[in-house]
Amino acid sequence: MSKPRLLDQKFLDYKTSTGFWLYLMTDCVLFGTLFASYIVLHPATAGGPTSSEIFSLPMALTETIILLTSSFTCGLALLALRQNSLRQLIIWLGATYILGVSFLTIELSEFAALVGDGHSWQQSAFLSGFFTLVGTHGLHIFVGLLWLLVMVAVLFKKGITPKLKRQLGLFGLFWHFLDLVWVFIFTVVYLMGAAS
Amino acid sequence: MWGRLSLDALPHDMITIGGVVGGGLALLAGIAAITYFKKWRWLWTNWLTSLDPKKIGVMYLVVATAMLLRGLADAAMMRAQQAVFATGDGSGPISADMFQQVFSAHGTIMIFFVAMGAIFGILNLILPLQLGARDVAFPLLNSISFWLLVAGMVLMNVSLAVGEFSTAGWLAYPPLSELQYSPGTGVDYWIWSLQIAGIGSLLSGINFLATIFTMRRAGMTLMKMPVFAWSVVGSMLLVAFAFPILTATLSMLSLDRTIGTHFFTSDMGGNPMMYVNLIWAWGHPEVYILVLPAFGIFSEIVPVFSKKRLFGYTSMVWALMAITVLSFTVWLHHFFTMGSGANVNAFFGIMTMVIAIPTGVKIFNWLFTMYRGRVKLATPMLWFMGFVVTFTIGGLTGVLMAVPGIDYQVHNSLFLVAHFHNVIIGGVVFGFFAGLAYWWPKFTGFYLHEGLGKAAFWCWLIGFLVAFLPLYVLGFMGAVRRLDSYDASLGWQGLFIVAAVGMMIILLGVLFQITQVGYSIWKRKELRASSDPWDGRTFEWSTSTPIAEYNFASLAPVMYRDDFWEQKHRSRYTKPVGLIEPIRVPKNTGIGVGIGLISAVVGFAIIWHIWWLALAAVIGGIVLVITATLREDTERIIGVDEIVATEKRLRGTK
Repeated sequence: MSKPRLLDQKFLDYKTSTGFWLYLMTDCVLFGTLFASYIVLHPATAGGPTSSEIFSLPMALTETIILLTSSFTCGLALLALRQNSLRQLIIWLGATYILGVSFLTIELSEFAALVGDGHSWQQSAFLSGFFTLVGTHGLHIFVGLLWLLVMVAVLFKKGITPKLKRQLGLFGLFWHFLDLVWVFIFTVVYLMGAAS
Repeated sequence: MWGRLSLDALPHDMITIGGVVGGGLALLAGIAAITYFKKWRWLWTNWLTSLDPKKIGVMYLVVATAMLLRGLADAAMMRAQQAVFATGDGSGPISADMFQQVFSAHGTIMIFFVAMGAIFGILNLILPLQLGARDVAFPLLNSISFWLLVAGMVLMNVSLAVGEFSTAGWLAYPPLSELQYSPGTGVDYWIWSLQIAGIGSLLSGINFLATIFTMRRAGMTLMKMPVFAWSVVGSMLLVAFAFPILTATLSMLSLDRTIGTHFFTSDMGGNPMMYVNLIWAWGHPEVYILVLPAFGIFSEIVPVFSKKRLFGYTSMVWALMAITVLSFTVWLHHFFTMGSGANVNAFFGIMTMVIAIPTGVKIFNWLFTMYRGRVKLATPMLWFMGFVVTFTIGGLTGVLMAVPGIDYQVHNSLFLVAHFHNVIIGGVVFGFFAGLAYWWPKFTGFYLHEGLGKAAFWCWLIGFLVAFLPLYVLGFMGAVRRLDSYDASLGWQGLFIVAAVGMMIILLGVLFQITQVGYSIWKRKELRASSDPWDGRTFEWSTSTPIAEYNFASLAPVMYRDDFWEQKHRSRYTKPVGLIEPIRVPKNTGIGVGIGLISAVVGFAIIWHIWWLALAAVIGGIVLVITATLREDTERIIGVDEIVATEKRLRGTK
């Protein structure tokens, strides 16, 4: 047996993986636009709080660790899929789901705390950029979790089908992509924001 | 309950009421006719739910044509206003507010629904055939893209009857387009019809790129592709990289207007010039998204009608790719007056001039293809020659404006308006008409009437020059764009009247075209064409006419560039044998129609702040998408016997 590869061609035919990679590139440009807008608007606090006054690094670090771990469990799920082990697959997908939900919960509580302190997206252009950039990432995570839920439901009903293999392969790409985007958010928004 | 929606949203002035009643009656007449002839089932199963790109392509063209007529009506109103009523006391039939809606709608419709619709229509019809493929990469996604464009178009037209359209121009610059200065629903209509259609275009871009990268016939290396396919690579790469910027920018403007963010507002730190940068980072590539496929069409037509292979294939491909890359480096030339400083302006000015080089390479390649060829001046070739003249004039005025110092003088004037109509009508529209005349017999089995086609061409060419050359002069005289009134003492009226006469000549051309299509359908027996009427070079001409659902019965590998031409004319060509095997084609589905419908409802609900409806529609959409991903049994298998029978039937009728 050859060395196991995470993005095995067994899961993804050439056509589907090309199409999905192209989609990811377009999403990348979308995030790029939001990053650029955020960076331009970062100094525009309009009398409101600056980034270093409101960002909590421990919370952002916790989110980062959770999301990176979920990427790891997602990888383990794909390995389980390679072994055709339904039980392990469901366990690791479940772990990914729980980690994703925890990430989203922390993010939403951070948003709620900011809004509660009067620092909503309406207060300044900087906060508009912040909520939109981070919120768009959160929305992607939400869509990913919904997708995951549907796939697990299908797994329970039908087991591992070729179609589901393909979808899980795509989901793996999607989830790692969101992880990557988050690494940039953590760096550009939180680390650089807290330092400035 | 109904958000901002009330009976006040219905139109009040006579022209809009006339438009709504006219459009409504036309729609009712259509519905009545379909019901009377009992064609609903036929329409639903043969067209609306079809995943066959040849049918989706035709539907795109129908939508684009319908919207072209509306865009032309807007143009005629503007010309009438500026020629006749603009010097008066403002009591003409078109109020200032309505005039603003008209020019905003004209630009939006012509770019997003006419030009994009026509391009995607031609792509659907031609691209899979030219690649020797049976379908696009993702047939269902293709249908969804089309219905998203339709959803955007529906919203665009609903704004005529319910509410108002944007008065902020086709690109809706803030702060004018912000809630503070445009509190009505007009800008929201603009945002959501573009957002929905734009997402459709983005998905199409991904689909066509994947088609080119993964669906080419065996043996067709990239450098053996027809140049049209190369032009699509450039155009769709631009779609994939530029449309996400549009999506994000429209989202931010929409957030500003609906939940009170401050991206582009003039207070609270918002930055209106950021919008202008972002929208042109999409908008400039958009110009090339439209014109590259037109270049591709001409690159197919010129060799066929000159009986020579294309001069400089490799340089043509490089020129296309150079334009693709460069088009992302020039966006700032749309607003030199922003005042970014001399160095920045100089950079963008020079980059803009640089684009003229690969474009010039292409023009010369086409001309050298004609040189010593046996040129046949059929209608497609006339459109090409008209294109060379008008596009070159437009290109030269573009290079002129690329000099920042000159741009400061003519910025926002009619000189600019004349320039971009010169390149878009001369390039995109003429290219589209050339392609229509060229490929029409392939899909219908009969020619378009030559005489009427030539009459239409001359009306368009002369009408175009008469309508737009005066605008260059007016621009120099200081006339700015989007004027609904000016003082008679300025002495502009004469030239505006000339421009209006030009408009009438163009309309005469359109009349000839409508007559041409109708007459050709009527006389289709006399105008009957073979399956390869022009002695074509590329794969689409190798199929039977009408084309079988699966395009090609067998997939014999490709050996040469212009393989079909070599098959016909090279004496020692041994045709590779292709086996006939069962073919899988996608089954029809109404998912595309459903997603389009739901998107239109979501857009409408958000425009009017009917939040419960928006939420319900979004949930409905999610359920529909999940159902779509869970679908089983999506393909139909055409057996060998059926293929053989179909081939015998289609080839026999030739």
